[in-house]
Amino acid sequence: MPDLTSNCAAIVSPNPFWLASAPPTNSGAQIMRAFDAGWGGAVWKTLGQPIQNVSSRFGAIRWKGASGVGFNNIELITDRPLETNFREIAEVKKRFPKNAVIVSLMVETREEWKEIIARSIDAGADGLELNFGCPHGMCERGMGSAVGQEPKVNERITSWAREFSTIPVLVKLTPNVGDIRPHGLAAKRGGAHGVSLINTIKSIIGVDLDRMVPMPRVGGASTNGGYCGAAVRPIALHMVAALAREPGFGIPISGIGGITNWRDAVEFMVLGAANVQVCTEVMLRGYRIVEDMIEGTSSWMRERGFQRLDDFIGSAVPAYTEWGDLDLNYETVAKIDASTCIGCQLCMVACHDGAHQCIHPSPDPAVRVPVVDEAECVGCNLCQIVCPVPGCIDLVPVENGFSPATWNDHVHGGAALRPKKGAH
Amino acid sequence: MEPLPEDRAEAVFEDYKLPYGDAQAVVEATRCLYCFDAPCIKACPTGIDIPEFIRKIATGNVEGSARTIFSSNILGMSCARVCPVEVLCVGDCVYNHLEVPPIQIGRLQRYATDKAYAAGWRFFEAGPDTGRSVGLIGAGPASLAAAHELRRMGHRVVIYERRDVLGGLNSTGVAPYKMKSDRALDEVAWVLGIGGVEVRTGVRVPEDVSYDALERAHDAVFIGVGLGADRLLALPGADLAGVRGAVAWIEEMKLGPTVAPRRAVVIGGGNTAVDAVRELVGVGVAEVTLAYRGDESRMSGYAHEWDAAKKSGVRALWSATPTAFLPGPGGAVAGVRFTRPDGVVDVPADLVLLAIGQEKLGDRFAALDGITIDGGTIVVSTGGATGRPRWYAGGDCANGGKEVVNAVAEGRDAARAIHLALTGGS
Ligand SMILES: Cc1cc2nc3c(=O)[nH]c(=O)nc-3n(C[C@H](O)[C@H](O)[C@H](O)COP(=O)(O)OP(=O)(O)OC[C@H]3O[C@@H](n4cnc5c(N)ncnc54)[C@H](O)[C@@H]3O)c2cc1C
Ligand SMILES: Cc1cc2nc3c(=O)[nH]c(=O)nc-3n(C[C@H](O)[C@H](O)[C@H](O)COP(=O)(O)O)c2cc1C
Ligand code: SF4
Ligand code: SF4
Ligand code: SF4
Repeated sequence: MPDLTSNCAAIVSPNPFWLASAPPTNSGAQIMRAFDAGWGGAVWKTLGQPIQNVSSRFGAIRWKGASGVGFNNIELITDRPLETNFREIAEVKKRFPKNAVIVSLMVETREEWKEIIARSIDAGADGLELNFGCPHGMCERGMGSAVGQEPKVNERITSWAREFSTIPVLVKLTPNVGDIRPHGLAAKRGGAHGVSLINTIKSIIGVDLDRMVPMPRVGGASTNGGYCGAAVRPIALHMVAALAREPGFGIPISGIGGITNWRDAVEFMVLGAANVQVCTEVMLRGYRIVEDMIEGTSSWMRERGFQRLDDFIGSAVPAYTEWGDLDLNYETVAKIDASTCIGCQLCMVACHDGAHQCIHPSPDPAVRVPVVDEAECVGCNLCQIVCPVPGCIDLVPVENGFSPATWNDHVHGGAALRPKKGAH
Repeated sequence: MEPLPEDRAEAVFEDYKLPYGDAQAVVEATRCLYCFDAPCIKACPTGIDIPEFIRKIATGNVEGSARTIFSSNILGMSCARVCPVEVLCVGDCVYNHLEVPPIQIGRLQRYATDKAYAAGWRFFEAGPDTGRSVGLIGAGPASLAAAHELRRMGHRVVIYERRDVLGGLNSTGVAPYKMKSDRALDEVAWVLGIGGVEVRTGVRVPEDVSYDALERAHDAVFIGVGLGADRLLALPGADLAGVRGAVAWIEEMKLGPTVAPRRAVVIGGGNTAVDAVRELVGVGVAEVTLAYRGDESRMSGYAHEWDAAKKSGVRALWSATPTAFLPGPGGAVAGVRFTRPDGVVDVPADLVLLAIGQEKLGDRFAALDGITIDGGTIVVSTGGATGRPRWYAGGDCANGGKEVVNAVAEGRDAARAIHLALTGGS
């Protein structure tokens, strides 16, 4: 059996699967059930001065029958008394000494940070996560993403936390910025042991057209909320990878955003995350999803011959480069496997209206398998994306006689480029 | 085990529920709602965690999916094919309430378990030897499930089987359009692959090994003998050639060649009768009639199976009580005489199959003090305990005749009860 033991910024857990700070980590009783189900760690629902929440709080995108493909919330931090939270943290650590409990925090003044950190450490926390990410409500009060969007403030508060803390400090970053790197670097300068990302993305999930009120509706009004769930995964993957390959960054990343199963988790880790956190998928389906995450990751590691997480963490990062370093002479064309094609011709309409007009009907009107004009096909893979049959359309490399050449090679060294296709 | 003959009549049958390819399986698995405390689980006698195994197919974790199935039901491969899912798991899928087609749980289970067999994934090992030994009578689904569970817990296991073919009715009785006998034997080999199960074939209990001998050799005994021979009708002409028990004919058709007659009549209205008529059509009998003493609404055979039989061209004769088998030339049967509300009818036939139930075998255990028999069925309490210490029973001989999946559940649960009894609760 591969070893799934995870170490993120010296916070050790039996596996790399943590619950993100959110409703699934609201209380000790919940977190204990989650640990029983197999979760390796949990980031406690953000503690601070308890707030008052609204109803309703959540909205979701339903796409072709599946609910919650994208999810949004206008919930704030914990609404439970701090004493209760700290008592429960101590109970959880006592019953589950091997599982990681990270306490998420959000307060304002230096004094408040000092006090809440001391109480978290007293309660037995294994690490702290500074919530600089919440994009609604709290930022109007100068906290959450208001901090995460200002590298100077981020750095200052992080350094306070470092000063007061004897346990590892993670900074949870907001994706509501143009470029994530200065914010990761600010946390690092402040002394963070690691960063967590992403928090939710500013959003309006929809509008109630009968009432003319955006959703989620609170009486006669609504506000912008935080977007998360499967739909945000590409954004999160990019931000994680952008920091992972940033020279001079080099501190551990706890990857979050749209993770639904073991495969998603592994994708985050190969792009540089030391571990992962999950919120929405657990809200939608329960703690039980972790069984497949553990098992699927283990099987994949066994197939690949990986013994431990470090054997593959970050292994796809080197292949993430600048556009200017991609090989322009690498050429592919679409090939349709006639034996599995079901004749829906979605590839044809997509190519005709959305790409390069090079998939055509078969000359035989009785045959519904389309034909690719390989001389015109630019290898964009739109057809492969719309094809409902896995493996039916393959993008096959073409030997065109040109040696590899990137845009940078071409501009700076005059390297020869293959003739353009589909550009008349 | 001897290899099965190549020229088995069952070879002509195609699967009536085709296997899923990867794309189909993922599409169907993605449709499952992953219900909590799911009704489909409750409807499965072995309690497979159906939402979990289906979700794992959707995430590409097929190995984990198979593990989930086999950890509740080690005969999950055959159950995927032979279970009457329409009245079990699939019948209780919540999609039925939405009037949307329910999830094809059996086909998804087949997908995952077939992959496990093809890939050679193994999930279970024999436990450390406890030095205790259990004797199992019969090598049907009940005993096989019990044997596997007992080996996991480290007990020694000996199976006594009167036939040469292992697997019980899964090998000799199940309709070949669900599963053929070679696939049933693949499963036997897979289950016994846990190692350490001693199988003695051609041994009939108690004729060849006495109850005393079993009690001396073992710390506990499990009875999994299933049901007995077909019940026959004591009517004039009952000994004419071509008047046969349906289960006996099915066994012959599955395990060897058969000569298809021109016209056949099957007497009965249960599942064996419904299987038999479809099988007769399949092996090439031109005219097949099902004759039942009640009407269609009183048939005990599953409606979905009977609908399929009707589609294949089977004729039905309702409210028909047989009174005689009619002789033809050379001592062979030529037809059956029925009385019906509107008079007497003679139906010509060269083969008459009686599918009116099987004998119960419980009585052969009546000699054992403490074991209670009720109408031929062995009376058991939870965990399969009989009234005699160290004797357990499960499957058709203890439930009166249900499905493979019930036999598996009862065999597994008896093994767990035996384990508790032998280890004093550890
Ligand atoms: C024609 C037919 C079709 C069926 N189709 C289906 C189906 O599609 N799906 C489904 O779920 N169920 C089906 N069933 C029911 C199913 O086969 C049984 O419920 C199941 O096989 C019971 O398992 P078992 O282990 O209790 O008994 P069996 O499968 O009957 O196995 C008992 C074993 O014990 C052996 N034995 C008997 N007496 C002795 C003895 N004295 N000493 C040693 N060995 C002995 C027998 O040879 C046999 O191998 C069908 C049954 C029949 C008759
Ligand atoms: C209802 C809800 C409440 C949340 N509350 C918090 C919070 O208190 N603190 C925090 O750091 N993040 C909070 N988050 C953000 C999540 O921890 C996580 O970063 C985000 O949802 C992205 O992950 P996901 O796609 O797996 O949901 C919340 C998210 C949701 C949906
Ligand atoms: S999920 Fe629970 S708390 Fe939320 S609205 Fe429904 S019943 Fe109320
Ligand atoms: S999209 Fe795929 S299945 Fe449909 S016509 Fe094109 S190749 Fe065939
Ligand atoms: S009841 Fe149907 S939808 Fe729900 S878990 Fe079972 S198979 Fe899936």
